[in-house]
Amino acid sequence: MEVELRDPNVIMKLSRLGSFHQSKLSFLRSFLNEFKDWEYKRDLFDLDKKGFGVVVYSFKKKDRVYSLICFANEIQDGERSDRVIATKWDAAFTLYDGVPNKDDIDRLKKEVPKQEVGRLSYKELTLSRANKSVRVFDHVVKNLSNGQQPNLDLLEKVGYLYRTTAVYGSGKFGLADRFRIKKRDEINGPFRLEMMLVYLVRQFTFDQVNHVAKNKNPKKAVELDTKICKNLGIGNSTGLGMAPFIVNHPTLLNNWIMSREKALKKIREIKKVDIHDSNLFKTCLKNSIKNITSWNTESEYQLKKIKDLLSDVQKFLDFVEKKFDFETDYPFNQLYLWVEKKTCEECIEYIVSLMMEPYNEIIEPLVKQMSSEEDNYFTIPTNRNVEELKLIIETKYSNILSINFEKKQNFKKFWFISKNKEEPRIADRFKEEGSDLEQPLAIARDIKKLYEKLLIIKKDMKIDEFLSENSDLRHVVRRAFIIENFPYSEIQDNTISENTIPIDMLRLKLSFFGALKFDPRSDKWLRICMFQGAPLPSELKNYDDHWVYSANS
Amino acid sequence: MKSLSEIETTSKRASRAAGFSWGVSEEVGKCVRLLELFGLPGIVNLNSYLKEKNINDFENLKLIGNENKPKNNSFCPIYLGVSLIDQIRTVESFKSCSFINIAYPILFIPFLSRASEVIGKKILFIFDNNQFLLNFNLCISSNLTKKQYPNLAKKIKINFLENTDNFSELEWKSLYKLSEETFVEETESLKQGAAGAGLNDND
Repeated sequence: MEVELRDPNVIMKLSRLGSFHQSKLSFLRSFLNEFKDWEYKRDLFDLDKKGFGVVVYSFKKKDRVYSLICFANEIQDGERSDRVIATKWDAAFTLYDGVPNKDDIDRLKKEVPKQEVGRLSYKELTLSRANKSVRVFDHVVKNLSNGQQPNLDLLEKVGYLYRTTAVYGSGKFGLADRFRIKKRDEINGPFRLEMMLVYLVRQFTFDQVNHVAKNKNPKKAVELDTKICKNLGIGNSTGLGMAPFIVNHPTLLNNWIMSREKALKKIREIKKVDIHDSNLFKTCLKNSIKNITSWNTESEYQLKKIKDLLSDVQKFLDFVEKKFDFETDYPFNQLYLWVEKKTCEECIEYIVSLMMEPYNEIIEPLVKQMSSEEDNYFTIPTNRNVEELKLIIETKYSNILSINFEKKQNFKKFWFISKNKEEPRIADRFKEEGSDLEQPLAIARDIKKLYEKLLIIKKDMKIDEFLSENSDLRHVVRRAFIIENFPYSEIQDNTISENTIPIDMLRLKLSFFGALKFDPRSDKWLRICMFQGAPLPSELKNYDDHWVYSANS
Repeated sequence: MKSLSEIETTSKRASRAAGFSWGVSEEVGKCVRLLELFGLPGIVNLNSYLKEKNINDFENLKLIGNENKPKNNSFCPIYLGVSLIDQIRTVESFKSCSFINIAYPILFIPFLSRASEVIGKKILFIFDNNQFLLNFNLCISSNLTKKQYPNLAKKIKINFLENTDNFSELEWKSLYKLSEETFVEETESLKQGAAGAGLNDND
């Protein structure tokens, strides 16, 4: 039996993309898998009694070494801000390519804490900063220094000691360009080194909290229980900076979604499912309920989604346990069809992620297909003609063409880059200034404009001739030829409508990172948690691959 | 040192601010990145060009022919480059073409480099006394080594080079003969056991 890949007109809608969950394909999980046999070390631990100073961690294999350099700084409570406009942080980090010497550390000490206004070099691969969750950090220090473990309810509610507010890579602020590292064997998936940075930062937070507690009360202090450490991750506050990325990297987006869709297709095509695999799926499903019930947010929007998800997952679990026979042919296909028919979008994508758990042999090759050589698809095939382009648009953007951009509500918003922080923002074009400097992120509107133009042009006109008169549409002509071969390269939705929820775009990207517990703080930014439940570096050589569904247990 | 990613993004945004469409600005970003990757002064020349663009009415050439001459001023290297990359299949069939007056010719070079990759042929770009050989977008060689690149090329010729050897048959044979010294003479018995031996190929 052959199962069709799911329709991009369904999957690439913002509400669906905003319902994606982490999976075995997620970058933080593939990072752990890739680096599990690397040698982990804490090379330098030079903190004062209050926990300020420098720490260096490394991963090493043969001649290759990656070192995380952490700079922990003292800041006043009033200076602490998660907003991207902040200028000071509790800690700042860079991932160094190799083993840093004293000169490197001295140089980086001056630059890394400055973040966006500092300058990095080609020897640095990623850059980040993080703030303490002061309430949790202080609580943990207080308890550990008194010889007690912290209150688990509080820890579970927050989920981390520190949260990062940005993780930069790929040439930002002078960091190494991707071309310098992309041929390395271990860099066979996107955002590998960003994930390494966040993972090692998590370890730093445990080491720092233990160190501060120990110095506060050397005789009585105890270390944070490793089981508690495992159930803590790293928080992250994410704003609109991520949204343009998925529009500006169409082939990369395609490769992420295509891997997910291929995985689902292959799983649905399995005729007989081994009992070990079906049991594993059921165990993960049952365990996962805890991930939903411990998902805290004050966002009404997300609370409703969680409520629907919990109800639907319980309904599905009941169906699987009481009414479903895994010995039937193509059981995952039957389950998928049931879920698609009876549950909400949030639940459909949740179950799709869960279905991947038993299938390393399907997932691992797909992980290697999630990068893209984007330059290979940059040149427009100008020897094609207008009729061909029109047909591509009719076939690949059919839903987009039905949007009426004459209506004000359908082009109410515009994307721009803020002058003060050089960060993307979205605003109401009828209330705010600046829509004349709009960023090219309104793909649906521009594709429709292109299509309307093509309707009045003679069919056999070559694209080079068309472009010579229509330079303003060049960016979407390029995209249309890309989508011809990359069906999941476009968001099949309107990104400038009155009803656009920007965090849907962030959620899509964060789910591929492997984030858990999306906590929207508005429609424009959210908090998440990464690596919660993940093995500690010292446990990497032999860890439970399904740790996501064992957390909190 | 600025990363190539910063160079591309900033060049793209600056070009947009200077009045180019987003699609053309994307081309500029890629091309300046390429120049800097090859060690050529892309940023310096783009900066000067975008400043001069506001006061100098550079011309667009929508359709490239065998011989191309601006009406009044000089050609804009960016619009000319975009036209070239778009029309390269047609222009290639001319075997060569010539231009009069291209402003900031160095900004035209990355388009030629990318065109060389598209058509799978080397391209020789000659202006005044300077030569650039574009090699499939893998490298650029030139006799122009000074840091100060001219802001105007007055007389330009582009040759699309056929894929021919860069050496004589005699030189090849000489080298091949030497390479044969790594081969081992086969005995009759070894020949009998080689692939296909002993079978009737008419079966």
